Amino acid sequence: MSALVSAAGAPTPAERFRDAVGVALVALLLGVPMIGLTTVDQGGALRVATRWPTLLAFVATAFFGRLVLRFVFDRLKKRRTALERASGAAGAGSHSASKSHGKILVLVGWLALGIALALPVVYADNRYVVDTATTVLIYVMLGWGLNVVVGLAGLLDLGYVAFYAVGAYSYALLSTQFGWGFWQALPVAGAITASFGLILGWPTLRLRGDYLAIVTLGFGEIIRVILVNWTAFSGGPNGIASIPRPSFFGLPFKPPGDTPTFASFFGLEYSPAQRIVFLYYLILALALLTNLFVTRLRRLPVGRAWEAMREDEIACKAMGMNVTNVKLSAFALGAMLGGFAGVFFAARQGFISPESFTFNESAIILAIVVLGGMGSQLGVVLASLVLVLLPELGRDFAEYRMLLFGTAMILIMIWKPAGILSQREPTLRYAAPGGGA
Amino acid sequence: MMLQLAGVHAHYGPIHALKGVEVSVQVGEVVTLIGANGAGKSTLLMSLFGQPPASAGRIIFDGEDITRLPTHAISRRGIALVPEGRRIFSRMSVMENLQMGAVLADPANLDVDLKRMFALFPILEERCEQRAGTLSGGEQQMLAIARALMARPKLLLLDEPSLGLAPLYIKKIFQIVRELNRDHGMTILLVEQNAHHALRAAHRAYVLQHGQIILSGSGRELLASPEVRAAYLEGGHVATDNCSAPG
Repeated sequence: MSALVSAAGAPTPAERFRDAVGVALVALLLGVPMIGLTTVDQGGALRVATRWPTLLAFVATAFFGRLVLRFVFDRLKKRRTALERASGAAGAGSHSASKSHGKILVLVGWLALGIALALPVVYADNRYVVDTATTVLIYVMLGWGLNVVVGLAGLLDLGYVAFYAVGAYSYALLSTQFGWGFWQALPVAGAITASFGLILGWPTLRLRGDYLAIVTLGFGEIIRVILVNWTAFSGGPNGIASIPRPSFFGLPFKPPGDTPTFASFFGLEYSPAQRIVFLYYLILALALLTNLFVTRLRRLPVGRAWEAMREDEIACKAMGMNVTNVKLSAFALGAMLGGFAGVFFAARQGFISPESFTFNESAIILAIVVLGGMGSQLGVVLASLVLVLLPELGRDFAEYRMLLFGTAMILIMIWKPAGILSQREPTLRYAAPGGGA
Repeated sequence: MMLQLAGVHAHYGPIHALKGVEVSVQVGEVVTLIGANGAGKSTLLMSLFGQPPASAGRIIFDGEDITRLPTHAISRRGIALVPEGRRIFSRMSVMENLQMGAVLADPANLDVDLKRMFALFPILEERCEQRAGTLSGGEQQMLAIARALMARPKLLLLDEPSLGLAPLYIKKIFQIVRELNRDHGMTILLVEQNAHHALRAAHRAYVLQHGQIILSGSGRELLASPEVRAAYLEGGHVATDNCSAPG
């Protein structure tokens, strides 16, 4: 309460103190049953013991923590309002500021690409780093796919993992049952997932907001449950094993044998790292293609129609847009990109099972899109880095890693409520002579 | 005849919102439809657009029955709507908004049409790279009108264009309506609560009450009519029959 009051102006020390006391009281209230009292096993019987010193430390931490936190936040807020005032006073200057902001982002994008290209060269002997980077890129690709559906078209899809699964199983089945190669199966699997997108979209896209979210959530579960139970088709919970790995234009990554391999063809010594690095560059290429494709689409009328539909469906209809078709195109395209990521996933793992396609995955992909800033391509990259690397970095903290993860999410939400990159660059500029103020 | 509504009924769930409405618009006319809140004005425009379609009666546009067509098909016939509350794409730039208006038009016309819009609304050229949501209400209304015009419609529908605007902008908007009609020959159907301005801008007018047309005539006639004056021009608290028109 006092926090709200103090938000208006600079809080006095007394206000800060009162605020902290309030928080400490809440901590005490929660702490008595959770920390202060504990059960001890004593010769088979449970006995309640007290831990008052720990509780006291907890309450004190809450009190002083709150004081420090408030102080830091107020400082940050002051600085921000000062900055806003300064940019507001500049007036027309803010316009050019947003342009230079865009330039910085482009620079960051190219820098990220450079790092991505150089990474396996630098860490050629470190399998863990390249593997983790590959995982990040899979999520980047999934994020870009879902970004079309959620970020651009504004259709909340909670079952995106279903398309990921359809892509993965398409490749797994095509390769193990019919002996298809990775490059043959990729477009076909993409087409299959796109049609799944259409099949799901056709009846459900008349629904809006929450209702659509629930249906897509259900769809994600249906696919998973089918995969678990239809053993004859999908191998059930055992999944599908020994999925062929992608080859380098027909040259497999194998120890030297009768047939030419990647290593023997190029006269290199065989090393399993070659495949890891190849897979990394493969997903990087797929992701870059995805990015190029989506960025181009955004500049076309269909891409702008997606965004317009996110903004106002009724206005779109009044302008003669067939909203159903626009939605379906976004849904099918997003599904297809998810399918591509699935194909890669299956080819990389060599083994897939329904366990890889739980709701948890959908939630993470959605979190990447939302945290990145809806519709921002670079934001998805940054958010994937955060969401994949944080749990990895947190490994040293063992059971605290989820706590670390949650804290990071909360901090992002506080500082960047609209996502890491919420600035949207217009995709169209007025180039008439003398125009474009 | 550009547009004709013959015995149109519309239902919103259990509510019988339009009860046999007859309205016609000739080529080159400004026709206004006035009425209090909840009289069915917006419902009429929505039925025209198939949102939802009229439950009975016929709507003829340019000699074609459009009563049962889907919304996008209706607008493709050459009807553009400036929706109530503007409904611009607020996170997109002014330019992008205008381009969305021309989404079905021939892309070759885009530059010509943009120039036309910027001549009509110079402020939009100034703001063309700004996010549409950062415009003032009046500017947003202009953008909404310009966006509708980008489709080169035969008939322009305006749903409460003066709603929530400053008096200066209200004046401007009606000036634009007259200009569009006089200089560009645009046929306009204008739905308004602001009877005073609407009647002065219109060739002909209809008064809608409880889903029925209770009066029609030229703009001037209605402006002078004691009933209209009492109900819609002088504060509105002196209602005709049992209508309790809010002020």
